[in-house]
Amino acid sequence: MTLLLVQALNGLQLGLLLFLIASGLTVVFGVMDVVNLAHGVQYMLGAYLGVTCIAFIGNWWLGALAATLLAGAVGLVLERCVFRYLYGRDHLEQVLATFGLLLAVNEAVRVVWGTAPLQMPMPALLSGSLPLIGAMRVPVYRLALIAAALAVAGALALAIGRTRAGMLVRAGATHPWMLRALGVDVRRLFASVFGVGAMLAGFAGVLAAPLVSVEPGMGDNLLILAFVVIVIGGVGAMHGAFVASLLVGLTDTLGRSFATDAARALLSATAAARVGPAVASMLIYVVMAAVLAVRPAGLFPARA
Amino acid sequence: MSYAVLADLAARVAVFGIAALSLDFILGLGGMASFGHAAYLAIGAYAVAILDANAISSAPLVFAAAIGSCAAFALLSGAIALRTGGVNFIMITLAFAQMVYFATGSLADYGGDDGYTLLGRTSLLGPRSYFAACLICLALCYAFCRTAAASRFGRALQAVRQNRVRVQALGLSPFAIQLTAYVIAAAICGVAGVLLANGTEFVSPAYGAWQRSGDLLIMVMLGGAGTLHGAILGAAGVVVAEEMLGRLTEHWRLIYGPLLVCAVLSRRRRLR
Repeated sequence: MTLLLVQALNGLQLGLLLFLIASGLTVVFGVMDVVNLAHGVQYMLGAYLGVTCIAFIGNWWLGALAATLLAGAVGLVLERCVFRYLYGRDHLEQVLATFGLLLAVNEAVRVVWGTAPLQMPMPALLSGSLPLIGAMRVPVYRLALIAAALAVAGALALAIGRTRAGMLVRAGATHPWMLRALGVDVRRLFASVFGVGAMLAGFAGVLAAPLVSVEPGMGDNLLILAFVVIVIGGVGAMHGAFVASLLVGLTDTLGRSFATDAARALLSATAAARVGPAVASMLIYVVMAAVLAVRPAGLFPARA
Repeated sequence: MSYAVLADLAARVAVFGIAALSLDFILGLGGMASFGHAAYLAIGAYAVAILDANAISSAPLVFAAAIGSCAAFALLSGAIALRTGGVNFIMITLAFAQMVYFATGSLADYGGDDGYTLLGRTSLLGPRSYFAACLICLALCYAFCRTAAASRFGRALQAVRQNRVRVQALGLSPFAIQLTAYVIAAAICGVAGVLLANGTEFVSPAYGAWQRSGDLLIMVMLGGAGTLHGAILGAAGVVVAEEMLGRLTEHWRLIYGPLLVCAVLSRRRRLR
């Protein structure tokens, strides 16, 4: 029971990190119709910049803030240099160009920071642990991460649902041509949406860095998970991305910890030990296939 | 470059030429942008590994197993993926390929993540005949794709890409046509997987990594989608460029990546 609770917390944490990445990806796709394979790079850059900034500044909080802003700035530069020329192009061309970008940035990170995994310290304030149930304790940092990600998700929902800029973003996702016809400076809107998306992914990288090893290519797997999230949630739908992120995060985490036990109910112990991990790693893709078999456009398609 | 190195490079070009050719069959002719085509390289290669571990190395059996398993997986995943279109198809094929990637990585009996070293090569694909076998397979696959493209079925496939609704109006089923093409392409790519495994005498989940699927797409797009021979030229270009840049510097991707971005950006905008 306590194991289930701890794993559910871990799943929630993965899901929320995924949401920070997927939200940027889905808005960029919804508003600008650009498939961005290089979005996972922002997550990696967030983590690396976090390590460097915190070591340089000497203060965890200021360093994390600086890294998040820097990741957003890198996103803006990439938008100016590459993505601006991809709007309105074939999706396949966007995939190839951003794939090239991803290879280059991953390699650049290898050149600058080396291939050895780096560690990021935790802030002293959050490095303790709290009692959960009985002897089971849960690290404060994980709870803080969940709270921070939830706060950002809430702020994002407010910004998109209640502000003028958010209104433009929503309009861009559903009626891009009408928005242009009404004289909105779409180019500036695009750039700022892209920058915010990059910053969110960078923020996810900074948050995750103390819990994972910071290494080149660390964003690639999360990027693919974020794609799964978007496909399940419905392309361009923010609330769809949120629901799907939690679904994917929980399915993956709980699957990995309980698949072997579940398989043991049906198979012998040795067979279960083999089948369990295989099933666990494939589980989210099975969930995705199941969702798509029923609803080909995802759970909450933005465009009818 | 010695003769052996050159032959090795040419064989790699042939193997990836087959894989790119099969991708062009569905992408260029059928308009299906699969970002998970390397999964079929992996399935073909693992067919070799699994039969090898069970002491079966007869070429007809190995090829039949590889083609059969690729076709079966393509039928299942394609039936789901083809319910969607456009960018969703790109992402779903990617996700299915990841599924294969993790599944092959969890095959503990066949090396898991570390990969599996073959006990011996498949018959007819020994070191002496390997190069010739690759070229023959490439020629056969190319001839097959050409014939298929010119056939009634090939015409229908291209018609689906151009105008799905009209094909429906003619009484044909676009879904069935696309799914058939998807399965055929997967089967051809399985052949490339068998050759790839025998070339290195080693099989690992990395054969199905999503970067590999990206490489295949690059080959097709650079060579010119829809031309079939372009895919082979693209494969030659990419394999040779990787080799040359790799000799130049360890960080060759730092050059390759921006080159790719420029290549895409300099393409003329097409109206589709």
